[in-house]
Amino acid sequence: MRGRADPVRNAGASVAGPSAAGPSAAGPSAANPLRDRRDKRLPRIAGPCGLVIFGVTGDLARKKLMPAVYDLANRGLLPPSFALVGFARREWQREDFGAEVHDAVRSYARTPFRESTWAQLAEGFRFIPGELTDPAAFTRLSEVVTELDAQQGTGGNHAFYLSIPPGLFTTVAHGLERSGLATASSPDSWRRVVVEKPFGRDLASARELNAAIERVFAPEAVFRIDHYLGKETVQNLLALRFANQLFEPLWSSHYVDHVQITMAEDIGIGSRAGYYDGIGAARDVIQNHLLQLLALVAMEEPVSFDARSLRIEKEKALEAVRIGGEVGEASARGQYTEGWQGGQRVVGFPAEDGIPATSRTETFAALRLEVDTRRWAGVPFYLRTGKRLGRRVTEVAVVFRRAPHLPFDATDTAELGETALVVRVQPDAGVTIRFGSKVPGTAMEVRDVTMDFSYGHAFTQDSPEAYERLILDVLLGEPPLFPQQREVELSWQVLDPVLAHWEERGRPEPYRPGSWGPGSAHAMLARDGRTWRRP
Amino acid sequence: MIVDIPATTAAAVARALVELREQYGAVALGRVLTLVALADGADVEQTIQAATHASHEHPLRVVVVQREEQTAEHERGHGAHPHLDAQIRVGGDAGAGEVVVLRAAPVLTEDVSSLVMPLLLPDTPIVAWWAGHAPAVPAEESIGAMARRRITDAVACRNPLVAIRDRAETHRPGDVDLTWARLTLWRAVLAGAMDAVVVRGAVPPIEDIEVHGSVQSPGVDLLAAWLTWALRTPARVRRVPGLDVAAVRIGFPDGAALRIERPADAEIARLSVPGQPTRPVALAPRSTPDCLAEELRRLEPDEVYAEVLMRGLPRVIPA
Repeated sequence: MRGRADPVRNAGASVAGPSAAGPSAAGPSAANPLRDRRDKRLPRIAGPCGLVIFGVTGDLARKKLMPAVYDLANRGLLPPSFALVGFARREWQREDFGAEVHDAVRSYARTPFRESTWAQLAEGFRFIPGELTDPAAFTRLSEVVTELDAQQGTGGNHAFYLSIPPGLFTTVAHGLERSGLATASSPDSWRRVVVEKPFGRDLASARELNAAIERVFAPEAVFRIDHYLGKETVQNLLALRFANQLFEPLWSSHYVDHVQITMAEDIGIGSRAGYYDGIGAARDVIQNHLLQLLALVAMEEPVSFDARSLRIEKEKALEAVRIGGEVGEASARGQYTEGWQGGQRVVGFPAEDGIPATSRTETFAALRLEVDTRRWAGVPFYLRTGKRLGRRVTEVAVVFRRAPHLPFDATDTAELGETALVVRVQPDAGVTIRFGSKVPGTAMEVRDVTMDFSYGHAFTQDSPEAYERLILDVLLGEPPLFPQQREVELSWQVLDPVLAHWEERGRPEPYRPGSWGPGSAHAMLARDGRTWRRP
Repeated sequence: MIVDIPATTAAAVARALVELREQYGAVALGRVLTLVALADGADVEQTIQAATHASHEHPLRVVVVQREEQTAEHERGHGAHPHLDAQIRVGGDAGAGEVVVLRAAPVLTEDVSSLVMPLLLPDTPIVAWWAGHAPAVPAEESIGAMARRRITDAVACRNPLVAIRDRAETHRPGDVDLTWARLTLWRAVLAGAMDAVVVRGAVPPIEDIEVHGSVQSPGVDLLAAWLTWALRTPARVRRVPGLDVAAVRIGFPDGAALRIERPADAEIARLSVPGQPTRPVALAPRSTPDCLAEELRRLEPDEVYAEVLMRGLPRVIPA
């Protein structure tokens, strides 16, 4: 996925002329003679910079962001001058913040704890206590940032990570703008902003949200995190499709019967009631993760893997996505009830803490989509996601057509299913191909077998966390893995009619915990003569 | 699980591996390469440990070949036949791969490729690793000629400083010395520091370069060779007490300098870049298993290493 030179970062950099005797200089760091394009051992280390996290006491910051920062440092991918600034409504001193990060790193970091890494990293810790609405706090932040440039050598480069509810984005953007933090201090330095989903709750609000941020930051300085795109398996989808001759020729309606994209969780909403109620499964997962996965499966080959070419192809794919049929028939939604799941008594969604008993929020959503292109005409894409389903799994299954003619007796192939290629995103990341094979014996009998590739078997057991990759990409300014506003808007265009339809239809259909969703989801596929795979 | 197979042949060991897999299903399926480790002059257990560590990152089959002089007992038990003992380790004893240790009579190790042939995984690359003494020309050894990568370790040789220069004499594409991987962290920090020095695409002129380090460390010479090659300015080597690279200084005409200093045995170095505050930077010495794992990450020839070795090293100003 590594792209070409990033035009933003390289602007103004003249290329030092290579000579026959010295290193061949090309690529993003052409000017630095110690970086040779062929020298793949040298890690891509971010330049001098700082990361400011708003909402640093939140779950995401503690469980993902701070451990990811430590893991990056431990892998030697952060510059010695790196600084981490926390901003939250706590009366903390710098040491308290350090202790908090220490705990988070000890509990959640992927790589072993090393005192030397920690000592280096902790030098760059700062903490700003304050309200997001308090201009004085932003003034203090501005002072600290300037001070870091001098003491720590962050060089005026700072990324602001908004790990806060989207309702507060405008407030923070305003605070950053007023204190002058949103503008780079010199032409060589940068300011970036990182935002998390949900990017709005429909097309109109997504546009509003974006306008608030882009009023302060340039579009190329806005990094929208969809952590699924940071996962190795998702990136591998592109390698699988475009680095092999085997699959791409089959990747069309000629050979593909349909595609199923599933993201299932076996847990309930847990402590996320405040966030989840009124948002629901479709906004939470389909709008971003599943439609991004669909775009990667359906898109044409990009001319290169730089951010721009990828975005063009993803946008084309998303633009071609339509609801496949009447909204009522091409969608299903559900809400989990109380019951037994895997030997455990679990409460129903309406009885969860912080959820009103009359809540109409869906915890399961499924869609039948079509991609109106020559390649995909007539191939349905079934998307589903939900809480309290059979097990935790995310996968993309490309199901192929049956062979047009089987030179066997019908009884020989009674147990033959459809050939399928399954990309397992999580857990047990890998790829499975399912196909028919002869059962040993004198009779001709064909049965399904699987051929399996597992990341854990063929590569490191130690794949970096998605957040490590994404934070590093923010600091490096490499945007291929971040969805652009246009993609966000196109996704909402797909989803808005469905949400409007559901809005008029009262409560979602109940489903048992530990099942694979409500009857209407199964009926949706049954109408097409298909069934959901059991992942 | 460890299975000993005394007085055997490589083909019988290969059959035993298949049987073990069928009986216990304990063996990883997606192995990506065969690592043939030649343990002459190295500690066999440490060699196995390093390979096992690497197998967590790259599931592999390890074939360790150990030359063993024939004892009188062997002579009695097997008449005039040269002797081969094998040991298979799978499951928890072999990390994410499987290990075969071959203890072979000297005559059997004269042509290692014919000894290990039945044990090589089909269709996957072979990497040869001389964990101890290296041959004069690795690429001309029978197993070296088959291998896609040939890894030597100058530090494990009798005279490391001579060994690294020998590598330059006999280099073939695909050769690499672990000394190079031991320098990766130093090089990464230096490259990162240089990013800050390069202003608007222009490298400031460089006055002089010095690399300080131990008299036993070939890394000192190779790091100086890299800087010589990349910055087109001969680097000077200075020998100081210690075990490894101790300091690097890149001087600019105005008297300013980019400096990294690592005290002996420390894991944290001090980094000074002109115009920036001096800062600590994590720079722990790297273990052989870590370096081996890095080496196995890419299986194409390392062109930068080759140029540094052949073009940079001869221009280094010796101590």
